Amino acid sequence: MKVSAIFESGVLTEERPGAVSPPEALWKSHKGGLVIVECPQRIPCNPCNTSCPTGAITEFADINDVPAINYDKCTGCALCVARCPGLACFVADLTFGEGMALMKLPYEMLPLPTKGKTVKCLGRTGEVVCEGKVENVAEPLRDRTRVVHVSVPIDKVSDVRAIKVV
Amino acid sequence: MDLIDGHPVLDFSHGEKISFNFDGKTMEGFEGEPIAMALHANGVRVYRNTPEMKRPRGFFCAIGKCSSCFMVVDGVPNVRTCVTPLKRGMKVETQNGRGRVELSCDEASRS
Amino acid sequence: MRELKTDVLVVGGGPAGLSAAASAAGAGANVLIVEGDLHLGGQLVKQSHKFFGSKEEYAGTRGFEIAKILREEIANCEDRVEIMLNTTVSGYYREERVVTAMVGEEEYLRIVPKKIVIASGAQERLIPFPNNDIPGVYGAGAVQTLMNVYGVVPGKRVLMIGAGNIGLIVSYQLMQAGVEVAAILEAMPRIGGYWVHAAKVRRLGVPILLRHSIKRAIGETVVTGAEIYELDDKFNQVGETEVVECDTICLAVGLTPTNELLWQAGCRMKYIPFLCGHVPLRDKCMRTSNEDIWMAGDVSGIEEASAAMIEGRIAGLGAAKALGFNIQDEMFGEYWVRLKNLRAGEVGEKIRAGVLNATVDGWEENA
Repeated sequence: MKVSAIFESGVLTEERPGAVSPPEALWKSHKGGLVIVECPQRIPCNPCNTSCPTGAITEFADINDVPAINYDKCTGCALCVARCPGLACFVADLTFGEGMALMKLPYEMLPLPTKGKTVKCLGRTGEVVCEGKVENVAEPLRDRTRVVHVSVPIDKVSDVRAIKVV
Repeated sequence: MDLIDGHPVLDFSHGEKISFNFDGKTMEGFEGEPIAMALHANGVRVYRNTPEMKRPRGFFCAIGKCSSCFMVVDGVPNVRTCVTPLKRGMKVETQNGRGRVELSCDEASRS
Repeated sequence: MRELKTDVLVVGGGPAGLSAAASAAGAGANVLIVEGDLHLGGQLVKQSHKFFGSKEEYAGTRGFEIAKILREEIANCEDRVEIMLNTTVSGYYREERVVTAMVGEEEYLRIVPKKIVIASGAQERLIPFPNNDIPGVYGAGAVQTLMNVYGVVPGKRVLMIGAGNIGLIVSYQLMQAGVEVAAILEAMPRIGGYWVHAAKVRRLGVPILLRHSIKRAIGETVVTGAEIYELDDKFNQVGETEVVECDTICLAVGLTPTNELLWQAGCRMKYIPFLCGHVPLRDKCMRTSNEDIWMAGDVSGIEEASAAMIEGRIAGLGAAKALGFNIQDEMFGEYWVRLKNLRAGEVGEKIRAGVLNATVDGWEENA
């Protein structure tokens, strides 16, 4: 399938704007991680900005703007992960150690994962990328959207976008 | 009944569980919920047969707008079962064709 | 026949109708809401996903929670708002300015309102294919009603037709209910809904087959499968027909305004494809060409619930103002700005064009 057709069915490819990773040097050293927002289409929506406590997701001039990120201000708190109606925000912490990264992913399915459990980590088309270990399950907004903290090999960070509890 | 067993986001609260009758069979459903939903939970998908082509029909819109789910309820035909609440002991029947209303001479002259 | 009188009759208790009722009652009018279904909230009650938009449109809040917020607002004007559920408006008699309605299936009543806000919403479209009438071919809204309102399992394996927002969202909701989604078919070369909604279902492994359509539903009395095929640029079949096993075919191929009452009332109507059907012409305050009738929500053109709620506020204010209640013009202005912002992006392009085409500067009174 052509790259454009893949994108048009809802899968981000590296050729498209929106597949933006944080600046490498900062990312590698930043405890708590930095946010990755995969929201390439202008739609009327701004909760990522209004939920951000540090102003890292900068204010929208127009509510249809795509999110712009000031990585220096991002603390990796993952409030945007919990709030985004499109489940398009993810946090990756590269300082987890021993070749592993900690990803903070939104999760609204059953069964709920439990701490310590091994889960399948899925890529953008639902393919199994690797296994990951659940380090924490949070519900920051008490609204049933969970933020699952899962450790994955550091080289899988740009592929893992969901988990499957088996 | 074929109900969703656990949901990540929603909590379901049901009315009282009651019995009703569908084409001679006793079934269970929740009082006050639409008849069509109770039937579907009991595995019933065919609600009527059309007048001309005798085609089976179930519900389609489930918001009272499309006429697909008409059934005979307690003897009354063309009841929109997707927005008619289930009651204890209700008699629900598959509707064949247009349905008939029996009017006595008295009633007919009054209306 | 029972007769009811009210300042403002609101036809439909969905997001637009509840918002209209709240703003009219807030201005001091007595309001009667007539709702055909068994609950207030319209389609909001079955929306388990979080809404887009800005804070004012409850962005980040789940649809059914927004319904609760609106119901509470209505409850707070209790003595001015009367609610009739399971009551369907069946006609409008222009000469007498009387509305008839049906309570349940057998009791009829007359309503004599001073002003009317019609917020009758929309209905699901059907596309033609053999066997599209057999049980198991369900509208997307019906599937949502089953699983999200009443907790009934809609089927074991569902084929979704249409990758607009509704098709994408309902697919996600099916997975939340533990139902398998075989695939989402989309005849166009791209998804019609928000890209992020597509990404959500794609990463859970659901294929979205662009340039694909359904050929026929398979099944004697109920659906047991579907034949699907790929389309070329001219929408002709390419390649072999494939069979998908499924017990439910969910149609999410668009909505069309439920506009019968507006036709009956003699409102000037116009066919506007961008608004998905015949819609009434309206002024900026959502008044129709009938001086007693306003409208809001999907009946004025298919759009998101966030826009419906703002239109409802405007229509409610408009009706209250016409009754002589004290409404500052700035109150309208704030809502107009919010509507404009919501429609500003690329996805709002068609809505903008449609609304422009349906809006008049003003009505010649007593024409």
